[in-house]
Amino acid sequence: MTIQCPTPHHDDEVVLLGHGAGGRLTAELLDRLILPALDGGPGPMEDAALLPGYRELVISTDSFVVSPLFFPGGDIGSLAVHGTVNDLAMRGAWPLALSVSLIVEEGLPLAELRAVLSSLGKAAQDAGVPVVTGDTKVVGRGAADRLFINTTGIGQRHGSLHPSAALARPGDAVLLSGPVGLHGTTVLSTREGLGFEGDIASDTRPLHRLVGTLAPLGADVHVLRDPTRGGLAAALNEIARDSSVAVEIEESAVPVPGAVASACDLLGLDPLVVANEGCLVAFVSADAAEGALRAMRSVAEGAGAVRIGEVLPDGPAGRVTLRTLVGARRIVEMPLGEQLPRIC
Amino acid sequence: MKYLDEYRDPVLARRLLDELRQTATRPWRIMEVCGGQTHTLVRQGIDELLPAGMRMIHGPGCPVCVTPLETLDRAMAVAARPGVILTSFGDMLRVPGTDTDLLSLRARGADVRVVYAPMDAVRLAAEHPDREVVFLAVGFETTAPANATAVLHAAGLGLTNFSMLVSHVLVPPAMTALLDDPDCEVQAFLAAGHVCAVMGWREYEPIAARYRVPIVVTGFEPLDLLEGILMAVRQLESGRCEVENQYVRAVRRYGNTKAQDAVREVFQVTDRAWRGIGALPDSGLELAPRYRRFDAARRFDVAGLCPVEDPECIAGAVLTGARLPTDCSAYGTRCTPRHPLGAPMVSSEGTCAAFHAAGRTPARRTA
Repeated sequence: MTIQCPTPHHDDEVVLLGHGAGGRLTAELLDRLILPALDGGPGPMEDAALLPGYRELVISTDSFVVSPLFFPGGDIGSLAVHGTVNDLAMRGAWPLALSVSLIVEEGLPLAELRAVLSSLGKAAQDAGVPVVTGDTKVVGRGAADRLFINTTGIGQRHGSLHPSAALARPGDAVLLSGPVGLHGTTVLSTREGLGFEGDIASDTRPLHRLVGTLAPLGADVHVLRDPTRGGLAAALNEIARDSSVAVEIEESAVPVPGAVASACDLLGLDPLVVANEGCLVAFVSADAAEGALRAMRSVAEGAGAVRIGEVLPDGPAGRVTLRTLVGARRIVEMPLGEQLPRIC
Repeated sequence: MKYLDEYRDPVLARRLLDELRQTATRPWRIMEVCGGQTHTLVRQGIDELLPAGMRMIHGPGCPVCVTPLETLDRAMAVAARPGVILTSFGDMLRVPGTDTDLLSLRARGADVRVVYAPMDAVRLAAEHPDREVVFLAVGFETTAPANATAVLHAAGLGLTNFSMLVSHVLVPPAMTALLDDPDCEVQAFLAAGHVCAVMGWREYEPIAARYRVPIVVTGFEPLDLLEGILMAVRQLESGRCEVENQYVRAVRRYGNTKAQDAVREVFQVTDRAWRGIGALPDSGLELAPRYRRFDAARRFDVAGLCPVEDPECIAGAVLTGARLPTDCSAYGTRCTPRHPLGAPMVSSEGTCAAFHAAGRTPARRTA
């Protein structure tokens, strides 16, 4: 038999959808193009930044471009509030104020815009954060996909709760506040009409109150991260990289709802890489792990909190491993870009 | 979870591994034919828990990996035409052709869409009578019935703007080609459960008898794989060479005869080039003459595209099980999932990608 293999020629001259998927392609775009242009110095990539000159204030901004606008469990309006509130919360902050910026495509039914804004207003009210400023732009038909929303938030940190992606330490316990894979699977299923949306709903919700339960643990809480784009795999890899530690999790300990597992099996997707919008990963001192779990379980958002792994005492810096169901180990890689459903 | 948790039970897995260690007296070489099985083996680390010296050889059963380069180049040529909507299963979008891939073409303005079933492409054609909708029809016997049904449906609707780029491949000819290779180390096969769900296993019986090789029709969950391996080892240890069915919950001896009828109606057997392996006689399917009006290759006159080879990539040897991904000098350096040189690094089912995702390095080789 002859052996043949082609040489591909890669197109590195245009932006691909994968550049926005939260994996390695996103990191490449940040490192090679965005950060150099903005004088972004070295350091961990955090969910929210400290406001220069104000030690207790943090700021975060996020744009929401989800399709469809409405999905089981939520919509782009509530998501736009929760996403930014949660990014602030991952730095140990309580939201003080939000800005909301709308980019609306010509032709969007006013009823849909009204429904989204009503949901956004209710989500902000429920989170206890006022919307204090904003902007509205309308673009021509085809120039945007119905509606894009940007929210920017300012938050104030809880006392001694100062988590950072760079603070994971050997021996830390890795905790997860709830099941993974719900949001990404729900949105994909709704968008593509795959039929799973009857069994699952997005987990989108604000997590600042859940973080508030951890405030008494103060400095024992080293890292908080909500595993959104790129899922748990991306979040753990980012923390391992920014803290220069080796992380190991137990496959059997990671809660994957049955419907999510079924959908992922059918589509050839990995639940560890699917986006979430309502759970967080916490790295806490081993001694504080049980207390942290009790605290998280005291509120609805953390009722399903579990310990899924640990930071290894030694091991290759930046490496995430998973102990498989059959007792072997494999590396959990940073996802590349878009997850593409398998052929069969 | 019904039908999932039962096949992922860690206690049962360890029990099967213990039994395997007690049963195997020699370093047997077993090939799992299907890429989905490779993925489970590597993601679960099962192949690293096998008895000392025993090795799984990862076979050519990834439909993305073996889709010939000319099919990809044709798909890209068609996708670049104005007015075309090119539809494909997701995995095919990142497969490198000679000059580019479908994801990059999409970024540059081509209308390339991921579909989850070929009927989605037929629906698109019905909804867009002013556009040409083309479906990239690749895969083994598993996907052929759905693709055949889509053609029948398009014919029933009288659609003139729907066509397919067909590049189906068949498993048994690949197995016999492997067994005819003097370098072949395979002593037993785990046959692909989903292929057999369609085709049954009768066509494997002559192969088992002629080459004196055990064949076990096997599923895709961790316990399926462990049980399939154990059944193959028991046959090897006792000198048997039969076709056995581990995947009893999905596969019957005669398969799905209605699905087979649809395939026979729409397609006919043809010679097919397998990427990395070469041309194998009677190893593929093409549209039968009465449905040739749905052949996109003819409709768009895209033929005779010549692939460019990379001398460093050993995709062919990986696909045939002769070499491991970690034997390749480009593995993990010039060739990564970000910049794949060969298709086995592209597909999530590809052996090289599965090794890379599991962090396999040459130093950790067990072979």
